[in-house]
Amino acid sequence: MKKLQFSKICKNFGAVVANDNISLSLGEGEILSLLGENGAGKTTLMNILFGHYISDKGFIEVEGKRLTPGSTRASLDAGIGMVHQHFTLAENLTVLENIILGTEPLSRLWSQKKQAYKKLKELSKRFGLLINPDAKVADLTVGEKQRVEIIKALYRDASILILDEPTAVLTPQETIQLFKVLKEMVNAGLSIMFISHKLNEILEISDRIVVLRHGKLVGEVVTKNASKESLAEMMVGRKVTRPTYEKLEIGKAVVELNNVCLKSSDGSVGLSNINLKIHEKEIIGLAGVAGNGQSGLASIFQGLAHPSSGEFKLFGESLIKYDPRYLTKSGVARIPEDRSKEGVIGEMELWENFLGEQLRSKAKSGFIIDKKQAVKNAEELIQKYDIRCEGAFASTRLLSGGNIQKLILARSLSNNPRFIIANKPARGLDEGAISFVQHQIINAKTKGAGVLLISEDLDEIFELSDRIAVIFDGKLQGPFDTSTLNITQVGLMMSGEMLEDSLNEA
Amino acid sequence: MLELLELLLTTSLWAAVIRIATPLIFATLGELICERAGVLNLGIEGIMTIGAMAGWIWVYQGGDLWGGVVFAAIVGMLFGFLHSILVVYLGLSQHVSGIGITMLASSISYYAYTMIIPFSTTPPKIVAFSAFEVPLLSSIPIIGGAFFNQTALTYLAYILVIVTFYVLYKMPLGLTIRMAGENPIANEAQGINVLLIRTGAVMVGSALMAIGGAFLTMSAFDAFYFGMINGRGWICVALVIFASWRPGKAFLGAILFALFEALQVRAQLIGADVIPYQIFSMMPYFLSIVAMMLVARKAAYPKALLVPFRQGDRI
Amino acid sequence: MRLKTRRNTPVWFIAVLPILSILVAFILGAFFIIWAGESPITAYIALINGALGSTFAITESLTRAIPLIFTGLAAAVAFRAKFWNIGAEGQLYCGAMAATLVGTGMIDLPSIVMIPVLFIAGALAGCLILLLPVFLKTHMKVDEVVTTLLLNFIILLFVNMLLEGPWKDPMAMGWPQAARIIDNGVLPTIVAKSRLHFGIIIALMMSIIMWAILRFTVWGYEIRAVGYNQQASTFYGISINKSVLMVALFSGGLAGMAGVSEVAGLKGYLTLTLSPGFGYTGIAVAMLAQLHPIGVIVSAIFLAVIYVGADAMSRVVDIPNYIADILVAISLLSVLVGSMLARFRIVWGK
Repeated sequence: MKKLQFSKICKNFGAVVANDNISLSLGEGEILSLLGENGAGKTTLMNILFGHYISDKGFIEVEGKRLTPGSTRASLDAGIGMVHQHFTLAENLTVLENIILGTEPLSRLWSQKKQAYKKLKELSKRFGLLINPDAKVADLTVGEKQRVEIIKALYRDASILILDEPTAVLTPQETIQLFKVLKEMVNAGLSIMFISHKLNEILEISDRIVVLRHGKLVGEVVTKNASKESLAEMMVGRKVTRPTYEKLEIGKAVVELNNVCLKSSDGSVGLSNINLKIHEKEIIGLAGVAGNGQSGLASIFQGLAHPSSGEFKLFGESLIKYDPRYLTKSGVARIPEDRSKEGVIGEMELWENFLGEQLRSKAKSGFIIDKKQAVKNAEELIQKYDIRCEGAFASTRLLSGGNIQKLILARSLSNNPRFIIANKPARGLDEGAISFVQHQIINAKTKGAGVLLISEDLDEIFELSDRIAVIFDGKLQGPFDTSTLNITQVGLMMSGEMLEDSLNEA
Repeated sequence: MLELLELLLTTSLWAAVIRIATPLIFATLGELICERAGVLNLGIEGIMTIGAMAGWIWVYQGGDLWGGVVFAAIVGMLFGFLHSILVVYLGLSQHVSGIGITMLASSISYYAYTMIIPFSTTPPKIVAFSAFEVPLLSSIPIIGGAFFNQTALTYLAYILVIVTFYVLYKMPLGLTIRMAGENPIANEAQGINVLLIRTGAVMVGSALMAIGGAFLTMSAFDAFYFGMINGRGWICVALVIFASWRPGKAFLGAILFALFEALQVRAQLIGADVIPYQIFSMMPYFLSIVAMMLVARKAAYPKALLVPFRQGDRI
Repeated sequence: MRLKTRRNTPVWFIAVLPILSILVAFILGAFFIIWAGESPITAYIALINGALGSTFAITESLTRAIPLIFTGLAAAVAFRAKFWNIGAEGQLYCGAMAATLVGTGMIDLPSIVMIPVLFIAGALAGCLILLLPVFLKTHMKVDEVVTTLLLNFIILLFVNMLLEGPWKDPMAMGWPQAARIIDNGVLPTIVAKSRLHFGIIIALMMSIIMWAILRFTVWGYEIRAVGYNQQASTFYGISINKSVLMVALFSGGLAGMAGVSEVAGLKGYLTLTLSPGFGYTGIAVAMLAQLHPIGVIVSAIFLAVIYVGADAMSRVVDIPNYIADILVAISLLSVLVGSMLARFRIVWGK
């Protein structure tokens, strides 16, 4: 009897088939990886497991017993625990409060905190997950927050643990730490389902791998029989083509940061003494765990933040005016981190979003919007970049993530920019879209632009960059030539170690 | 200056302070509960109005005082429920819905009152709550006679401050409410229905607001005047921010505010020849604005305040 | 229960929505009329008659619509940027005070100059008073809802003070009212034997101007952008503070003009009863028009019909004329629900 069994699960949302006759099982004490692109159906399946959705057909069994559909309570009582990708923690409350939420009946008159403290201490020790119950969540690092999420599940005596993209926010070292904890949990009798799209990690941690694609289960392998290539092929359905790297002769410097410092605002990490030079025809990859100053650096390049000291030279001249419009006009392309919330205004029509930063520069007398021209421009770009939409007047909120990114790329790259700041441009996209984005960036480099690529995907950084820099706690190491680095070194730098030290360790 | 200090040591001043503070305590606690759950309730001014009218009408038509209080609370809850349907279930603009509720509740109050009391030069009166002393506590010098020689509703207000604190911070229910205002998805992940929690909080909060209004017609005064709420509801919205959404601070804030108000009333009498009384009457509103200025920058708003929760919202 | 986004909003629905909302209001309002012991049919016929049953009635309705167009525009512009200006009532009185200050004898110019001067003065007064809440919001993050609301009370007390004090008209036989606007400042009536005055032309003009600004200019784009998404607006290089300031200037100015219109066009002098809540009703006007500046004209007239009709109705049947406020409040809530239904469908179950 399997610990957890999905039988013939089907779920449709209107015309979209999210899960198509999926049957898979999780054995006792097993680590099963669920692999698939965005939109493959992993999230829907988990939501069904957790009672947020009810499947149209099929059922789930836990240890042979039918699981009551549509009830989160029932799933929790059956011992299913989930560690979410985006933390379900309240920043203004303490760790303890976040953990005990929902574990006590609402009719109880007195919250039993003493027992909670005790249990937390035990769990913490047992699995090596150090936390401070009285700390406010807002003060925790990303790694610590994840620990809280894990303990939340363990506190509820979960026997089946689902982890949804847990390593997205961790350094390679922290990932190793996490895997140790997972192995410990398996020894303690838990069964684990590991959802990810990171092939290396899946190959390392899991016993078995199940692959989803377009809502169907397309492959099931025992890990030792799998390889990166075979997995990628199953995931995408065809041979994956990522653009090939080609080193070009670099030109003059397009941007230069000299001793730039940025004061930290509202909790985010500031920057100290950043020295960075990016040239024409090169891509600099910036690696680092989220929250170490990348956003601050990106904001400076995007014209949204003013350094508190130091010099920012754009195309050879010291920049005085930090204004997105001025930067765009001067030849800077900005690809923001949060494409749907920051890169476009969903409520507006496509042609209006194509105007974007150029609203005033393209207006007649800087005042009246030249609608005809703007619409024409939009239609041209929609065709050229193959943006799937219902025309230039369609509402932007109807666009898929990939198409929104195409819009942003079309808007920024069509003016032949000389410097591109790309902040996690391929995050959350499916393989086809990722390939498109990466090709665009390489094209721009070939045409002569200098690119700063900020990414959480170390594979992507290694594949595309000429040089790699690592940011930790607001300080920069590098950029170093890519050919002189390996992933372990970068991982160590991401956790704060200096390259010389890690070279000694290597 | 010396006179001011002397004044501060009189029981009669503090008794007036408590009387002025009571409706503010009810309404501020009510709004605090709503906002802690993540809902801004701008219906407060209207709900206080209809609470004032409803309680008074109940007694005028022959009912007993506590029946009136309960009736006012129920009417308040109904409007809270309406606000809830609009903003919690349908996710509509909390600002516009609140203003709409205030307009609706106020106009229904005046309509009903005018219907039942068609025409009179002086508004008719009822026999309101009478004050009584709490033994022992009322013997405390100066403040004892003020705090503990009040009407039943005021004592209820004191109790509610403590109850609200207890529920919010010591009970699992309170944690759930606070979580609904900070990160409602966390609640859903535990199988708790956020919509129900928010609706419950808004209804309870609205009931308190209505009782605050009823205090004015059933305890402080004994008749219903048009416009008698006079902006107290909005002042309470400011007080909630000033109190950092904490019941204890809300109590203190209401007292502090009432102190200024009581002083202002007395100052009017003294300075009547020199300074027009309207200047004094403006003080409460100015003070509220100042209070907000003082705390706004560092205010720790409940993170999910004003953010509608849609059950389809998956992470 | 879940809400699902519709792909397209049927256009007919948007146009018909305000009418539907008022219909819903009339239906629900009927219960209140029955409660008062009267027949809704009789009452509503009296209402329609009273507002539209004669030429005079129609001019009365249009006259009542004038301040509502101004305050409706004020709310519509502000709400587009999600700047919750609930202080139109106070701004209206500020405009009225400005008109009184300038127009009761301080200067005397030919009408053709005097009238625009009064309107500009009123608009300025309305803007200036709104600067305080704007400053508090942009520089101290103080929410504008409460500050604009509280200012209303302060301003009314101030007017009260002026009317009982320095501005008290000695010729008004003890009533607290200010001196009359001089002849050159009075807005001429445009329909003989009625009270319909020139203010309506100015109101309609402002409506068209605001529509043009929102639709064709970069200002309009920026105002809308800020209302939709502040983060993306900043990314586009739009200054949130500047946009909020611009919105406030428009909004305050329009509300101020409402005050001028009432003082110089209808009443002739400043009193405390100049506005029976036009500022607040303006919010309902704006919502019913779904924040569309031209739509504001239509919804202002609709609501004016309700108010004028209710006054007339209360003389025929024994119903308190607060029924008008009830009808308006229900319309506001109805249109709120309706505008959501235009964008979402309700789906039951999981």
